[in-house]
Amino acid sequence: MAISRPITCVEDLQRWREEVDARLRADRITVTVCTGTGCSAKGARAVFKAMGEALAELPEGLSVELKPTGCHGFCEQGPIVVVSPSNVFYQNVREEDVPEIIQETVVKGLPVERLLYEDPVTGEVARSSSEIPFYQKQMRLVLRHSGNKDPGSIEDYIAGGGYASLAKALTEMSPEQIVAEVERSGLRGRGGGGFPTGRKWRSCREAHGEQKYVICNGDEGDPGAFMDRSIMEGDPHAVIEGMTIGAYAIGAHQGFVYVRNEYPLAVERLRKALADAREHGLLGENILGSGFSFDIQINRGGGAFVCGESTALMASLEGRVGEPRAKYIHTVEVGLHGKPTTLNNVETWANVPVIIDRGADWFASIGTEGSKGTKVFSLVGKVRNTGLVEVPMGMTLREIVFEIGGGIPGDKQFKAVQTGGPSGGCIPEEHLDTPVDFDQLWEVGSMMGSGGLIVMDEDTCMVNVARYFTGFLRDESCGKCVPCREGLAQMERILTRVCDGEGQEGDVELLLHLCDVLDAAALCALGSTASNPVRSTIRWFREEYDEHIRERHCPARECRGLFRYEILAETCTGCGACRRACPEGAISGERRQAHRIDQTKCVNCGACLEACRFDSVVKV
Amino acid sequence: MTIESAPPDYRAAAEEVVERYRRNPGFLIPMLQDLQQEFGYLPRPAVELVAQSLDIPLSQCYAVATFYSSLTLVPRGKHLLTLCLGTVCYLKGGKEIAQHIERELGVKPGETTEDRLFTYQPVNCLGACALAPVMMVDDTYYERVKTSQIRKILGAYGWGGENGKDGDQ
Repeated sequence: MAISRPITCVEDLQRWREEVDARLRADRITVTVCTGTGCSAKGARAVFKAMGEALAELPEGLSVELKPTGCHGFCEQGPIVVVSPSNVFYQNVREEDVPEIIQETVVKGLPVERLLYEDPVTGEVARSSSEIPFYQKQMRLVLRHSGNKDPGSIEDYIAGGGYASLAKALTEMSPEQIVAEVERSGLRGRGGGGFPTGRKWRSCREAHGEQKYVICNGDEGDPGAFMDRSIMEGDPHAVIEGMTIGAYAIGAHQGFVYVRNEYPLAVERLRKALADAREHGLLGENILGSGFSFDIQINRGGGAFVCGESTALMASLEGRVGEPRAKYIHTVEVGLHGKPTTLNNVETWANVPVIIDRGADWFASIGTEGSKGTKVFSLVGKVRNTGLVEVPMGMTLREIVFEIGGGIPGDKQFKAVQTGGPSGGCIPEEHLDTPVDFDQLWEVGSMMGSGGLIVMDEDTCMVNVARYFTGFLRDESCGKCVPCREGLAQMERILTRVCDGEGQEGDVELLLHLCDVLDAAALCALGSTASNPVRSTIRWFREEYDEHIRERHCPARECRGLFRYEILAETCTGCGACRRACPEGAISGERRQAHRIDQTKCVNCGACLEACRFDSVVKV
Repeated sequence: MTIESAPPDYRAAAEEVVERYRRNPGFLIPMLQDLQQEFGYLPRPAVELVAQSLDIPLSQCYAVATFYSSLTLVPRGKHLLTLCLGTVCYLKGGKEIAQHIERELGVKPGETTEDRLFTYQPVNCLGACALAPVMMVDDTYYERVKTSQIRKILGAYGWGGENGKDGDQ
């Protein structure tokens, strides 16, 4: 069925699309199973397999298509199964639910009520994803294919209009027009810095040299962020299409995708997509008969956070240690192998086909004055609906956390939301109405970063958070420049002593001084933004630092040794669960009598708290 | 010299990875990754052969091998225990789990148990934050892990027995 010969002109591409469209329409019922990393880890592969076996036994005449898809974003509720055309949305699907879904929904067209999503607040049952609050406020441009397309099928991508932007770019637009279009769209780099993409392309296009390169930065290293992984896994062709358009615009013939080593599925999906694109003539020599040639190669990262920095990434691509260099000369002039190079993040590339398809004006109509389009966030932490969300720029953090995210679980109080990865900042309640915008986030001491949004509740100690990020960055510092190598180590030492209850008066001032040095003197962006977690927590949560230092107490009861575990005699039933769980033998008590913790033996591991079913173990 | 006395499988493997990337030193990282795939770690003789074959200093290979966390110069255990210590897992109890694992296995991060059953490797983020705290043994994910489950999870891979106390019921 598939057209296997290379597509050599735009007309053939169109003919192929029509053929695929006709065939896919003929298959009326489609069952999709999310096979993103989240759902897979929760058993989606077993569901997919069972579904395939069960569908094979359906009576003749019932034609059902089974598709694996990329991430739906609603990872909290996975594995997710959707039955089309009615788009019935099933969540938390287990292998044993498969026969019922087939019997009821596929054969009879009825929903299986118990697998539908029920709003925990209103109790309303949603039949399709459009009725779920988590999706209602989102605007899915970059994630438009994730959740309904098979990332392993180029035909599925073609059917949705895939590679039409590339065809348009190659045949109807000059490279100059493409650069101008991207400039006009206002697209800014989604990897963290927010540099205007069009301007970067123009500099690279105008740089001297025959040989130029484009690079896709898929070394997503921020803890708590998995946007790029989901895009590479869920819509690899969009990344390839975007890179090809970009390469044509700047005049490059070779591209690289640098993928984080921890993302084997992304590598697998990209590899398949590249092979399919090549086979169909959408990559390689003389693409679509335009005379333009381009190919892409995948490199697996070695596992170093600093390689997310452009010059370090390029060093890594050259087979060297990933150390950044000073950027007196930009990489758009002297980049990979000394040639002009355009490096963009995965999400940035994935935006390009959308801009070419729908036009710069349309794209620029979304968002705020300085930040256009949408942004994908991974909404994680102490929030009800963990997952991947895409919202128009300008939406407030409050809307994202409370309306899409459903607020904080377990009746806890919101404390802060951390954006921008390890070098981002913590934003407190009073600034929750800050809109998602590159410049405004910077003003409240954080940054857009690549899109991790980590929600913290009252149980989170902000000093410990600062220590965590500083420790992370100290660990990942390449060691090339002194402020970063030595400064972060000293900052971590001070923060550790504060968390251990050994802080001294003046420690906060000393930290701020070290922050200034880092800001001013570090070589690359890792070092020069590394002060953000410390600076922002001091700025908004100074009283927590003071309580650690002056009263030797952790207000969030998280820092070991700065609070105690105790057993409430009134509610303790004497079941003995805590006594058995305690690794130190610090808990004693008769059966059915209230138990006690011997504070001299207790190591504050928290095993008793976890074991108690009556909420009788408390932190004080 | 070690190179002359290297077992033939090192030589064959080193030659193969070098050829796979057309002897281009720019591909040193993928070469070493492939080599590690083959042996489970980077044996010195194999790395020496790669350096010799590419005509680059051995120090360059070692600089790369020690810089990137995915490359290791020491043999790994039978199973790789990966514990996510990304922000979310950390906030949701990952650090307590780390302490339990270290106590249970008697190892520090990056080390291998004496019986070579487990190599314990905490990582920055597995990108599976909806499952936090999450850990992996080889390719299997364990979601929302509790400290009380660790002994049982490890037990499924043949850990413990004699030093195992009764867990809570």
